[in-house]
Amino acid sequence: MEAIERVRAARAKGRPTAVDFIRNVTEEFMEMHGDRRFGDDRAVVAGISRLAGRPVTVIGLERGSDTKERVMRNFGCAHPEGYRKALRLMKQAEKFHRPVLCFVDTSGAYCGLEAEERGEAQAIAENLMEMMTLKTPIISVFIGEGGSGGALGLAVADQVWMLENAVYSVVSPEGCASILWKDSSRTKEAAQFLKMTAEDLLELGVVERVFPETEETYQQLKEELAAAFEQSMQLPVEVLLENRYQRFRRMGVPE
Amino acid sequence: MLNKSLFKRPKNTLEGYERPSKSVSPHVPDEMYLSCPGCKAMLPSDELAEKLYVCPRCGRHLRIGARQRIALLVDRDSFREMDAEMASRNIIDFPGYTKKLANTVLDSQEKEAVITGEAMLGGRPVALFVMEPNFMIGSMGTVVGEKITRLFEYATQKSLPVIGFTVSGGARMQEGILSLMQMAKTSGAVKRHSDAGNLYIVVLTDPTTGGVTASFGMEGDIQIAEPGALIGFAGPRVIEQTIRQKLPAGFQRAEFLLEKGFLDAVVPRRYHRKYLSRLLALHERGDA
Repeated sequence: MEAIERVRAARAKGRPTAVDFIRNVTEEFMEMHGDRRFGDDRAVVAGISRLAGRPVTVIGLERGSDTKERVMRNFGCAHPEGYRKALRLMKQAEKFHRPVLCFVDTSGAYCGLEAEERGEAQAIAENLMEMMTLKTPIISVFIGEGGSGGALGLAVADQVWMLENAVYSVVSPEGCASILWKDSSRTKEAAQFLKMTAEDLLELGVVERVFPETEETYQQLKEELAAAFEQSMQLPVEVLLENRYQRFRRMGVPE
Repeated sequence: MLNKSLFKRPKNTLEGYERPSKSVSPHVPDEMYLSCPGCKAMLPSDELAEKLYVCPRCGRHLRIGARQRIALLVDRDSFREMDAEMASRNIIDFPGYTKKLANTVLDSQEKEAVITGEAMLGGRPVALFVMEPNFMIGSMGTVVGEKITRLFEYATQKSLPVIGFTVSGGARMQEGILSLMQMAKTSGAVKRHSDAGNLYIVVLTDPTTGGVTASFGMEGDIQIAEPGALIGFAGPRVIEQTIRQKLPAGFQRAEFLLEKGFLDAVVPRRYHRKYLSRLLALHERGDA
């Protein structure tokens, strides 16, 4: 399948969103709101769940499934308070020794006036730093679109998994075509050259696993996540953090 | 007189319309007069150099090359560069990138968009990185990420403070996802340096946006900026397109960030040496 078709599939209407994954992969979800500083960002759904019996902190970038909900969720584009809410709950996960599970689906962090005023860049930067040394396992699963820094803000993890039609990129193919070539009709080429499909990213070593999209996906994810957390909860915390550091440290090292 | 270009789309420096600081580059010393991009005043170039490339009429801080900045900042002849030979390759075979790199290297006389090393400042040792506006406006690819990560790892090992000058249009698209990963990689190295009790001071200069702001550009213990510097996550044109409104004057400028609580101070270039030296002295450890 061509890269642009994956991009279209990742953005398709009717595709399950973070809330669907939270509901179907975990049980007894209790949503928690607010960053305790400014407000509650509804582009980020977060709370506590059980995964095959084990308490986990779950955080999802939620784009909404119908027009009304999409507007309410700001189309999955989080403001700084969304990243700060996520970090608050991750710190809580660390305190109570439960793993963190993130579902990523966003075209990017919101590029608006208030987002800038309240420090979008600073909020993401803080998440990158703090997640790197969060003393509890983190797995991020890309379920749709993974747009640049806004996706990475929830993806400094021990493992990053993707669904087969999810994408992850430094820039949208539209943005790339218009900025580099001043020609928005070259989106298809850009999608291909950016190497943003799950298959490409697996090859580049940026993600660990890719899951086929079938009727068993939820069940499969549940079993694999439970097994992965079972394993990583056994690791001494120094080993866990050293592995996480090295996971990113080896990316893009010149020969 | 009717100005034909009156209704044209405003040119945005972040997207490469305006060749930054070409006219004030230290590599072309034969020009006698330079025009300030702020107030358009014609300034004798020797006077401008004396004023550290700050316009004496309007105070505009012109962009200066990384080597120029290092020379103006650190104790004489104290800078020792690290990883000077590290150069980018076209790692994901992005079309046109190999040629673009070759041209940029030729134009800028630099191998990459950041210079890293060790120096003395006011008699105290410091690990230093300075980003290069003349190299793809300081865009962050894998080499920039690697050099900065190595600098922080070195500084952690030697218990050295880090001072970093940022200028960047963001992550380098032509290196795809691997340039995005540099945000995480550098942030990890900054965190380890910080957790070991070391000082990191960021000086944001015009413009610092995108992936650099959203990683090591905003992770300092102390955050300062040059007057008038554009600092943000998204560039102004992207925001205007998203919200379909004109942005207010001064939006995303250093003074605005100070007011919103994201900077410790806005510090004019002529005070950098003194200001940073004092901070280094205040953080000197007894056991050093």
